[in-house]
Amino acid sequence: MSTTVLYPLLGAALFALGVWGLLARKHLIHKVIAANFLGSGVFLVLIGLAGRTAGADPDPVPLAMVLTGIVVTVALTALALALIKRYYSATGLDTLEPAEEAEQ
Amino acid sequence: MNLVAHLPVIVIMMPLIGASIAFVAGPRRAPLVTVATAVLTIAPVAWLGARVLAEGPTRYEIGGWGGPLGIVLVADGLSAAFLGLVAIVGLGVTLYATGYYRVATGSRPGPGHGLYWTLWLFMWSSLNALLLTGDVFNVYVCLELVGLSAVALVTLAEGAEPLRAAMRYLFASILGAMTYLLGVALLYAATGVLDMRMLADSLGPSVAAETGLALMVAALLLKTALVPMHFWLPTAHAAAPSPVSAALSALVVKGSFFVTLRLFLDVMPAGYLGGADVLIGVLGAVAIVWGSIQALLQERIKLLVAYSTVAQVGYLFLLFPLARHGGEVLSAALLGVLVHALAHAFAKSSMFLAAGVTLKRFGHDRIADLPGTARRAPVIAATFALAGVTMMGLPPSGGFGAKWLIASAALASGEWWWAAVVLVGGLLASAYMFRLLAVFMAAPGGRPLPVGGVRTLRTEWVPLALAAASFLLVLAVPLVTRLAEASAVVAQAGGVVP
Repeated sequence: MSTTVLYPLLGAALFALGVWGLLARKHLIHKVIAANFLGSGVFLVLIGLAGRTAGADPDPVPLAMVLTGIVVTVALTALALALIKRYYSATGLDTLEPAEEAEQ
Repeated sequence: MNLVAHLPVIVIMMPLIGASIAFVAGPRRAPLVTVATAVLTIAPVAWLGARVLAEGPTRYEIGGWGGPLGIVLVADGLSAAFLGLVAIVGLGVTLYATGYYRVATGSRPGPGHGLYWTLWLFMWSSLNALLLTGDVFNVYVCLELVGLSAVALVTLAEGAEPLRAAMRYLFASILGAMTYLLGVALLYAATGVLDMRMLADSLGPSVAAETGLALMVAALLLKTALVPMHFWLPTAHAAAPSPVSAALSALVVKGSFFVTLRLFLDVMPAGYLGGADVLIGVLGAVAIVWGSIQALLQERIKLLVAYSTVAQVGYLFLLFPLARHGGEVLSAALLGVLVHALAHAFAKSSMFLAAGVTLKRFGHDRIADLPGTARRAPVIAATFALAGVTMMGLPPSGGFGAKWLIASAALASGEWWWAAVVLVGGLLASAYMFRLLAVFMAAPGGRPLPVGGVRTLRTEWVPLALAAASFLLVLAVPLVTRLAEASAVVAQAGGVVP
C-alpha cells in the first residue's frame, strides 16, 4: 500500500531534480544524466500507479508505457552522447556556451 | 481485403517504407526513392481526405484491437487538412532537396547528403502518425520520434554551430517529452484510460487529471515554441540545412500545435483548465509582438525567418481564448487558425528554401550585404515578395484570409483586443519584410555580389511555387471550411471499424 504513495513521491522528486539539472548544469554529460533522471522519475510514478489496486494483479498498461519509455530514453541518450562526442571533437568544449561565458 | 478501411495506416507506413528503402538504396538512388515516396504518399492522403469529407470522422483500430488496450487512429477534417499540408509541402521540400544537395556536393555526395533522405522520410512518417493518433500515450511516442529525427536532421549541416543548436533543441525536446509523459501518468491515474474519446467521456473535476493535462499542455507549448519557451527554435531552425529548416518551421511546430488543439477542443470540456486558455492567448499575443521585433533586429535572413516563425506561431494560440465563446466565434476562429497554419507553412517553407538558394549562390545570408539581389536573382526576390505579402496579411493572400477570420471572430466575441493584436502583428511583419525587400531592390553597392554554386531550376522554382500557393490559398478556403466542418469533436466520431 505504501508503494502507491512512496513511488510517485520519489518519482516526482527525481523528476524535479532532473529538471533542475537539465536547466542549471552546464556540463553536457551532466545534462544527459539529468535527462535520464527525468525519465526514471516518470517511470517510478508509472510503476507506483501500476500497483495502486492493492491485492489485485498489477495494471499492465503503465508497465507497457514504462517499457516504451525506456526504449525511447535509451535512443535519446545514445543520440545525445553521439552529438556530444562530435561537438567535443569539433570544438574541444564540454558546455554549450563558449568557455568564458560558462560558469564551471 | 478492403484497402479503403486501412487508409490511415497506409498514410503512416508509406513514408516509413520509403525511408527504409532509401537507406538500403544508398546515397545515389535515395533521392529518386524519396521523390517517388513523396509522390505516392499524396494518393492515400487525398483519398483519406475525400473519405472524411464524404463520411465524416473515422476511427481505425490497429490490428483490430480496440481501446482501452489497443491503439486507435482517428482521421477527421483537422487531421486531413494537416496531412494534406504535410504532403504538399513535403513534396516541394523533397524536390528542392534533390537540387539543393546536387548544388551542395557537386557530383560527389557528401556525408549529409546520404542520411538526409532517410531521416526526412522518418520525420514525415512520425508527423503523419502524430496527426492521426487518437491516444494520448501514442502522442508521446510520436513526439519523440519527430524530435529524434528532427534533431538528427539539424546536425546534417556542417560546423559546430548546428551541433550546438541541435543539442539545445534535443534537451528542450527531452524536457518537453518527459513533462508530457508525466502528465499522461497523472491523467491515467485519475481516469484509467488513454484513448482520447474515452478521456473526453470520463474527465471530471479531479486535481490529478487537471495537473496532468496542465503538464501535457505546457509540454506541447514548449514543443510549439510559444514565447517564452521558444529559446531553442531560432538557432535550431536557422542552423539546419535549408530543406530541413523549411520542414521544421512549416510542419513540425504545427504537429505539436495540432495535439494542443485536440486536447482543448476534443478532450477537455469547455473551461476545464480554468484560465489557461486566456493565459495561452496572452502568450500568443506577446509572441506576435516580441517575435516580430526580434525578426526586425536580425542581420541574417535565416534568423529573420526563424524569429518570424516565433511570431507567426503566436497567431495559432489566439484560438484558445476565442474558443471558450463557442458557437460561431469558435468556428470562425478555428477556420482562421487553420487557414493561418496552412498559409504560414507555405510561406515559411518557401522563404527558408529561398534563403538556402541565397546561401548557395552568394555564400552568405547577411541582409546588409545583399543589395541588388532583385536584379541578380529575380526569382528569389519574387519568392520573398510573394511570401511576404502573406506574412503581412495583405489581400488577397492566404494570410489575409486567416487574419480577417481571426480578427472578425475576435470582434464578434466582443474581445476586440485580440483583433488589435492581429493588426499590430501585420504591421510589424510588414516592417521586417519590407526591410529585407528594400535591400533586395536597392542598386548593387560598390562590392559586386559573388556568384557561386551551380544553379538548378528546381531550387529556384519550388520556393516560388510554394510562395504562390500561400498567396493563392484564399481559393482553397471553401475546401478548408468543409474540412473544418468535418472536424466534429472526437467524442462524436462515428465508429468505423475495418
